[in-house]
Amino acid sequence: MLKKRIIVCLDVKDGRTTKGVKFLDNVDIGDPVVMATEYYRQGVDELVFYDIMASARDRGPTLELIARVAEAIHIPFCVGGGISSVDDIRNTILAGAEKVSINSPAVRNPELLTAGANIFGAQCIVLGMDAKRDASMKSGYRVFVNGGRVATELDALEWAIRAESLGAGEIVLNSIDADGTRDGYEINLTRMISENVGIPVVASGGAGTVDHMARVLGEGKADAALIASMVHSGDYTIGAIKDALASKGVPVRR
Amino acid sequence: MTGIVDYNAGNIRSVELALQSLGVSYRISKRPAELEGMDRVIFPGVGEARFAMKELRSSGFDGFLRDWAASGKPLLGVCLGSQIIFGHSEENDTPCLGIVPGSVRRFPADFRARSLKVPHMGWNDIRYRNGGSPIFDGVREGSDFYFVHSYYVDPADPSVVSATANYGIDFACAVKMGNVEAVQFHPEKSGSAGLAVLSNFCRADIANNADIAGAGIAGAKGESRA
Repeated sequence: MLKKRIIVCLDVKDGRTTKGVKFLDNVDIGDPVVMATEYYRQGVDELVFYDIMASARDRGPTLELIARVAEAIHIPFCVGGGISSVDDIRNTILAGAEKVSINSPAVRNPELLTAGANIFGAQCIVLGMDAKRDASMKSGYRVFVNGGRVATELDALEWAIRAESLGAGEIVLNSIDADGTRDGYEINLTRMISENVGIPVVASGGAGTVDHMARVLGEGKADAALIASMVHSGDYTIGAIKDALASKGVPVRR
Repeated sequence: MTGIVDYNAGNIRSVELALQSLGVSYRISKRPAELEGMDRVIFPGVGEARFAMKELRSSGFDGFLRDWAASGKPLLGVCLGSQIIFGHSEENDTPCLGIVPGSVRRFPADFRARSLKVPHMGWNDIRYRNGGSPIFDGVREGSDFYFVHSYYVDPADPSVVSATANYGIDFACAVKMGNVEAVQFHPEKSGSAGLAVLSNFCRADIANNADIAGAGIAGAKGESRA
């Protein structure tokens, strides 16, 4: 049976993590490789590195980071942030990442999804999407870009369906309304997108408890749940999360 | 020494890094002649079958792989490599290497109506068939491996299936035909269980595999039995 994936997101800047991690306070909270290695040891299924400054800067530190992560862990990982050309995709994949997440550049240039999928395969091409409730949109959700700061004219559901047809092999769906609240994922949004595309959907934004995760993986029909502060804070380990999910009947890798 | 076939089909970096972490000596090459003297060969690959066959023909690896399989020396096909060794793939109706009799099929069209997404992407558990294979020595049945694929192999002879997984249907995720082994999952991306499979395949090369002593994979030290 296919398992529901638990994915940890690490925000990086110039090749360093931007937030401290409680359980690694006495190691090196700035080094994403140390964090990645610890989550790998704990049994995380996948990692996402989001480079929050990449679009405005040289990508060198990020590529060096990817190479170091690839040496340290033997599970899939995805890199997002500032990937806006086929060369960016190629460099990221060849440095050792399994997937690239493309957000704002895909809105500006949708053909990038197709070009990437044709060369590297759809399984490498992840659409990152930030959506926010908006009653004026057909599906009730609008797509935002530039880290959720800039509204677009795109309807979230229409964009998800179109991105699949363009070549995206997976969608990381972030709810702007839920992001950072730790009050739970946006279940309605996640279920709507997941039921209407044929590719996996990763739910993002709002995770605060294992119940939230179980709910989005069940009722929300997400294929994977992305978490960050739940584990970075030291409140949970991956193992504890998986044990709790399993006890609620969610199929997880252990 | 272990040879890795490089034919421009996907990223082989992760295979290389997994072997490095196991302390396996290896050689990657785009030229068949440079892999002639190897003890065993890994045939990886990600991508599309027709493009892959074209690359194999232009590099001469098509003949090399057929001859290698016939020589009796160990061969491990991974993901697309595990499919290309079969006779034919439904992916763009592509004639393949024909090392193992059988076909490569797409997951059924009714998957979408059944809310089963394609590609089959993520971690899935495996069940041993026909006694499994030595490449699974020390790997607990039911261990999860990382899969990403839209096509699966359908061997003409069911007795060559060494493991199956279930995604809507039971499908062969590992095949053993004499010296030829093939796995649909990515051992190089499957954590400690995957490293154990690579370690077992390369066991004669491995001096030290402390890296694979992962939780739940008790006794995943293939060479200790050798």
